[in-house]
Amino acid sequence: MSDLRPTQKFRHRHLLGIEGLSAADIVTLLDMAEDAIEVSRQIEKKRATLRGRTLINLFFEASTRTQSSFELAGKRLGADVMNMSVAMSSVKKGETLIDTAVTLNAMRPDIIVVRHAQAGAVHLLAKKVDCAVVNAGDGAHEHPTQALLDALTIRRNKGRIEGLTVAICGDILHSRVARSNILLLSTLGAHVRAVGPSTLMPVGIEHMGAEVCRDIKSGLQNADIVMMLRLQRERMSGAFVPSSREYFRFFGLDAEKLGYANKGALVMHPGPMNRGVEIDSGIADGPQSLIREQVEMGVAVRMAVLAALAEHLPNG
Amino acid sequence: MQTPSTMAIAHQPLALVNGRLVDPATGKETRGGVLVIDGVIRDLGASVASATLPSHAQAIDCAGDVIAPGLIDMCAFVGEPGAAHRETIATATAAAAAGGVTTILARPDTNPPVDEPAVVDFLLRRARDTGHVRVLPVAALTKGLKGLEIAEIGLLQEAGAVAFSDAAKSLRNAQVMRRVMAYARDFGALVIHYTEDPDLAGEGVMNEGEFATRLGLTGIPREAEAIMLDRDIRLVALTGVRYHAGLISTKMSLDAIRAAKTAGLPITCATSINHLTLNENDIGDYRTFLKLTPPLRAEDERRALVEALAEGLIDVIVSDHNPQDVETKRLPFAEAEYGAIGLETMLSAGLRLVHSGEVKLPRLIAAMSSRPAEILGLPQGRLAVGAPADLIRFDPDEPYVLDPMQLHSRSKNTPFDEAKMQGRVKLTMVAGQAVWESA
Repeated sequence: MSDLRPTQKFRHRHLLGIEGLSAADIVTLLDMAEDAIEVSRQIEKKRATLRGRTLINLFFEASTRTQSSFELAGKRLGADVMNMSVAMSSVKKGETLIDTAVTLNAMRPDIIVVRHAQAGAVHLLAKKVDCAVVNAGDGAHEHPTQALLDALTIRRNKGRIEGLTVAICGDILHSRVARSNILLLSTLGAHVRAVGPSTLMPVGIEHMGAEVCRDIKSGLQNADIVMMLRLQRERMSGAFVPSSREYFRFFGLDAEKLGYANKGALVMHPGPMNRGVEIDSGIADGPQSLIREQVEMGVAVRMAVLAALAEHLPNG
Repeated sequence: MQTPSTMAIAHQPLALVNGRLVDPATGKETRGGVLVIDGVIRDLGASVASATLPSHAQAIDCAGDVIAPGLIDMCAFVGEPGAAHRETIATATAAAAAGGVTTILARPDTNPPVDEPAVVDFLLRRARDTGHVRVLPVAALTKGLKGLEIAEIGLLQEAGAVAFSDAAKSLRNAQVMRRVMAYARDFGALVIHYTEDPDLAGEGVMNEGEFATRLGLTGIPREAEAIMLDRDIRLVALTGVRYHAGLISTKMSLDAIRAAKTAGLPITCATSINHLTLNENDIGDYRTFLKLTPPLRAEDERRALVEALAEGLIDVIVSDHNPQDVETKRLPFAEAEYGAIGLETMLSAGLRLVHSGEVKLPRLIAAMSSRPAEILGLPQGRLAVGAPADLIRFDPDEPYVLDPMQLHSRSKNTPFDEAKMQGRVKLTMVAGQAVWESA
């Protein structure tokens, strides 16, 4: 079986964010992911691209979906995968992030996948290790593989990204998914809207390439893709929005609000969903929903990212 | 007590003729009448006269009295729910009708507070069933008026709340205020805020100064109002929310409002009838009916407020109607409750400023009708064809002495007891129906 290889040269040693990637870089990763989908759909799902390599999943924040997606991606490419979650690490005992990085580095991993609650933590760690680093989400900063899997899902369903109107709705303020998606989709020529109440809208987001809409009706007008974001429970009791019932009434995606978008608009959600808060169950499970497909694309995109970074590993 | 009666038969045209029409929106005064059909003003001016009316129309000769739009009071406590011993919607609106007030904005600091759509609905139903004039609920800015969490502004607005306020409580936390303003702005909601820094006001019970010192009472500095207002103005500039300073009482605040308006910010302001017509010296011998929030200020501050009203810098006059039963007022000054009733005396007291030549009559009426209507986006509050026939008739010169026992409010804590007044309302109409006629 053939290795998963970049169609064009991928020049980056780490994947820390969408920021810094060119349109060509993104397209390269998406094209590789298309091949990875085929790998995952076969009975024999193994490739030798990362054979002998060690991949560490270092998750300072709990995550089921992203961690298992990276784990499967690594294993399907033949790597040895080790999962480290904060609960069993020495970080709980007071070790600093840099000490953790130095310790792990001494174990000679080839790729570390990192999730951390603080923006910039993954960048800091990347400076202290010799291996490749993949950002699996740092605070409210970036979540590049989520944006890539969203782009792949859109491209496979709409045939293109350029010229599409994508409405990203909800808690933009706290969302790394929104930031990475705004950067990626605008780089590929989509028209991106950030839709949500002012209390959940970060100042200056319009300079990152998103048109700001503060009501869902204008936000969904002529949208081809409606991407809903998760609203954390602790943020819906008065600090940012008054209540979950008010949020659902004005910003939750139901059939009526989806009606403002283009006919046949597709619905996405990075998960995990709050049904009845940001999205109606009928929509989440309905014919316009791509939510389950997004999960499949997640594994493919992560295989593509790991394979692309493998090109630069020592002795690669 | 005089009970409001209904004089017009449905669909029968009704005309107030031979009056002095004061249109606050344009500042114009004309001789003539107003023709009302189906609760709406259909014609007005010199052409509306007894001789020109259709034969089936009812005509009321106003004998040269003023005909003006019914007053809109942006701040009154109506007692319901939870304080029916102080006031009810029935008694508050009876007082309003007798005072020429045809629309009341009800304060949200009731028990329970107006922070639930169901309470807005309750108020609207009670007003429909027991009220003599229009009652519009103001809902809470923050849950429980606690100043911590954003209230359900969207759902409350859908239920019928016309503005949002934490009543007499100032919102202390600037981050909460910023978020509340940003959220309200998205819904086009009007934020009404009463600014008094609670920390700086401290234990104060009256205006800080010589008079408080002589009385041995703790003072509240004027800066307590101005500092909070300055903060709010900066947050308005940040968020773009429509903001109404609910009750200002100092020159410092006027300067801040002037600067904000010059800068084009969406800011309006009100003062109370008490702060325009009384000063701290009226407290005299510890008169608790004059214990108000914000406190009555010195005479030079009062005069500055009157000048600002005359020039239009102050948009609105409120009654700040706050009924208190005798037991909570018959206490040492520092322990007595704040507040005075005012719905029934607002116009008479305001006419003092007209009689003294400080304020023109249309300007006074505008601050109690057309300006509130503009700020709230209401169709009433103006003399115009097509507007609801909320009308009042009064003789601005008629002298009387105020007898608190004749007032309709359930509580009698008026600062104007036994005061000589000039000008009282003879007829009040809501949507063409008479709700008050003097004997």
